Amino acid sequence: MSEGLFQKLPLPDGGTVRQPVGLYIDGQWIKSREVLETVDPATEEVITKVYLAGTEEVDLAVKAARNAFKNWRKVHGSERGSLLMKLADAAEKHIDTLSAIEAMDSGKPKDSNARGDVEGTIALLRYCAGWADKIYGSVIPTGSEKLAYSKRLPIGVCGQIVPWNYPLNMAGWKIAPALAAGNCIIIKSAETTPLSLLYFAQLVDKVGFPKGVVNIISGLGKVAGSHIASHPGIDKIAFTGSTEIGSTIQKLASSNLKTVTLECGGKSPFIVFEDADIEQAVKWAAVGIVFNSGQICTGNSRIYVQEKVYEKFLEKFKDHVLADYKLGSPFDESTVVGPVVNKVQYDRVLHYINVGKNEGARVVLGNEQNPSKKGYFIHPVIFADCHQGMTIVKDEIFGPVVAVSKFTTEDEVLEKANDSIYGLAAMCFTQNLERAHRVSDELETGMVFINSAENSDIQAPFGGVKMSGIGSELGAPGIETYTHLKTVHLNLSNKL
Amino acid sequence: MTTVREIPNVQVDIPSGKKYEQPVGLFINNKHVDAVNGGRVKVFSPSTEKLICEVVDADEEDVDIAVKAARAAFQNDAPWRRFSSAERGRCLTKLADFIEQNLEYLASIETLDNGKSITLARGDVQGAANCFRYYGGWADKDYGQTIETDVTRFAYTRHEPIGVCGQIIPWNFPFLMCAWKIGPAVACGNTVILKTAELTPLSALVLTQFIEPAGFPPGVVNVLSGDGRRCGNAMACHMDIDKIAFTGSTGVGRMVMRSAAASNLKKVTLELGGKSPNIVFDDADLEEAAVWVNFGIFYNSGQVCCAGSRVYVQENVYDEFVKRVVNKAKSLKVGDPFDEETFQGAQVSKQQYERIIGYIESGIQHGAKLEVGGKPHGHIGYFVEPTVLSGVTEDMAVGKEEIFGPVLAIIKFKTVEEAVRRGNNSTFGLAAGVHTNDLRNAVKVSNRLEAGTVWINCYNLLHHQIPFGGYKESGIGRELGSYGLTNYTQTKSVHINLGMDLPI
Repeated sequence: MSEGLFQKLPLPDGGTVRQPVGLYIDGQWIKSREVLETVDPATEEVITKVYLAGTEEVDLAVKAARNAFKNWRKVHGSERGSLLMKLADAAEKHIDTLSAIEAMDSGKPKDSNARGDVEGTIALLRYCAGWADKIYGSVIPTGSEKLAYSKRLPIGVCGQIVPWNYPLNMAGWKIAPALAAGNCIIIKSAETTPLSLLYFAQLVDKVGFPKGVVNIISGLGKVAGSHIASHPGIDKIAFTGSTEIGSTIQKLASSNLKTVTLECGGKSPFIVFEDADIEQAVKWAAVGIVFNSGQICTGNSRIYVQEKVYEKFLEKFKDHVLADYKLGSPFDESTVVGPVVNKVQYDRVLHYINVGKNEGARVVLGNEQNPSKKGYFIHPVIFADCHQGMTIVKDEIFGPVVAVSKFTTEDEVLEKANDSIYGLAAMCFTQNLERAHRVSDELETGMVFINSAENSDIQAPFGGVKMSGIGSELGAPGIETYTHLKTVHLNLSNKL
Repeated sequence: MTTVREIPNVQVDIPSGKKYEQPVGLFINNKHVDAVNGGRVKVFSPSTEKLICEVVDADEEDVDIAVKAARAAFQNDAPWRRFSSAERGRCLTKLADFIEQNLEYLASIETLDNGKSITLARGDVQGAANCFRYYGGWADKDYGQTIETDVTRFAYTRHEPIGVCGQIIPWNFPFLMCAWKIGPAVACGNTVILKTAELTPLSALVLTQFIEPAGFPPGVVNVLSGDGRRCGNAMACHMDIDKIAFTGSTGVGRMVMRSAAASNLKKVTLELGGKSPNIVFDDADLEEAAVWVNFGIFYNSGQVCCAGSRVYVQENVYDEFVKRVVNKAKSLKVGDPFDEETFQGAQVSKQQYERIIGYIESGIQHGAKLEVGGKPHGHIGYFVEPTVLSGVTEDMAVGKEEIFGPVLAIIKFKTVEEAVRRGNNSTFGLAAGVHTNDLRNAVKVSNRLEAGTVWINCYNLLHHQIPFGGYKESGIGRELGSYGLTNYTQTKSVHINLGMDLPI
């Protein structure tokens, strides 16, 4: 590509943006040998091309980060926090542009979705800024023969690979805590959604992070991603994406025993007991599988409804989705559901819908596709009368497709809910105090939502068990995961 | 219902020629209002002895009004209680931003009102901004616990605000003390009534202009200018104040605690006086130690609760060290606090000034040797030269009592045990200093000193991240750091029955 490092792009809602398309490494924008087109999933049109980091560029970034770490690790926590606060303020000033770029590149509706993502990123930057000078070690109450203490120190150079379902927001989950804890980072966006993070890189530069502390690249998973995962100069890898790729990353990371944290897939069970507030259950269930076109790791893609309220739930659920989840252009204010992110996902989800039909699931709400319409739009599909043997109950579809099954007893539904390789989140709808706590104790997941869904908080740890991941993000654990402990024993009187 | 009369700002002149707006009313419910009885108090500049302005003077009735406002703001359905913890924190970080944007304004008012040098005042204002920002960051991070007992019980703790907190601050760091008090209290969700010192009400009132823009609902932060006898006492005795935090002299602290117990057993934290020992061993870097010793006593004109006012010097380096301390003291510039070169400004008032001069005379009378200083500086304003008295013993008033001025007492010692014993020989226990290059000596001595802060090879370094408070009669509780949060929370344990057997 002979074009420059910045492209003037028209935005679908009017106006233009000066979009960086290069790689942000060591405080500079650079080109590379390979480029990749990025497509607007609502129109199927190419937006622009971005430069891709190859192994050489990843090496450059690692060198820059290692070098920057020598000084960055000595910077006072309050100062790091101050820079993160400034970054939050800068993102706030640019919220309109960031929302528009995100909507254009990923298909997320600008006003009802993308903007909320940017707001969430701003809040998380401020939250982590507050942690930067509150990272404590311990003084250990031994005897008087020594002073023993542990310090919590930054890990060093961290590689971070983020997904396409919340491109900027997921990048924020990685960038904010890592920097708060004093690390230097190399962060790679998803192949299909590189633009918002590149724009954000300009803000990082502007607020004054020293060069090399934050390196932002676009790249292919199998080239830049693998190289990061296996790189001997990187001390930790943090990945959010599919379980399959997470597993690959873990294997590659064993090359130098780098620390690994993973946020992977899920097939989160949403359980509706007969005493549940059905109106609320229906609304939350829709949030959990139709919003963001179902492209949510914690999406409640399996719903279990107790016998007595089964048909009532299905009817209300269908009506609610039809009435309140308008599909449309991401730049239409009234749109709630945009397209899925790209053709690969589009084909995949449609395939699963067919599988579900072939497996004999009852179609409560069908997929009204309009083949002549442009864009990777998929209407929500509600399957009912499902059972544990079905593929659509087992596999993570990552689209607006939900499999509803019936259950009779609490023990039965717990067994079914836990019958999964995944363990990310679970939702439990009941008014009964004891049942709520009992069921949440029994569910084999990293998170439980009682009478809600997708209701997480940046203050609360987020993460999965089983094949949904390793480690927690957000809250205090989110910061700790970017540190390691050093224990010091100062001998005062123990003479040999 | 009496109508509230709002009081407009007045204009205050700074020596540089700048004119600043100065709020003068009582700050209640986000408004500057008159006192019920219309009281006024004059505020003077201790460096020029000139009148700066008058401010409204709060009486007992005004305390009642402020408490009602703070209580209303603390009700469960009031906006403040419905703010998320992150929103509370955001108010504090915005307040920090406003302070930084108005740094010169605030520092100038502080210097005018308190007499401290402008460079020191700027440091205080920045320190206050940092403290507000720090506690803003804590607001949404104070975790309770979930406690695993047995499967029939779900137990957890909540950290809840205490309620309406009365806070009484001193005149030595008027602005910085606002941050130390207001910051953690509102981070934890309380509402506050802050009473400034009679002598130095101005900088806190300037701060009140930023409270509403920072997003605090009315009644959350209230600031009263008032004296101790009426206003302060009314707060300590008030039946609807849930907690009192006081920084000031040990004598007044005792009264506050007594009143708190006699009224409604309100929770009490105290930051009181000190006579902190600063110990110099013979293996210390003497030149550096001499600088820290100077900084430890002459900083803020000696008006520091943790001032290292008793220096113990090991005998084999005594003469040399005294010489170095004196040389450094001679180099300190005393004078016009608005001069950028000035290190030491005026003492805060005529009364303090006379008290300090009295102690110097007493020391000399009882046999201490005047090494340098000992006299007033200049003819206008309450300036005292940095003063060093050597050959002091602990039975002299200057060796035992808190002078709160630029007067250093130097005492000779022989052994480590003696230094520790004599250092600890005080009813105070606020801070201590240890100057040595020996690793083990440093740790062992600091372990044994009865002081809430021990500085090793440094002195007078306070930081919002590090807890500060006194042993013995220097206080109760710790401010700053994460420890500061415990002063403003109360813990509720919740036990949920998940299927226990009935007990009877």
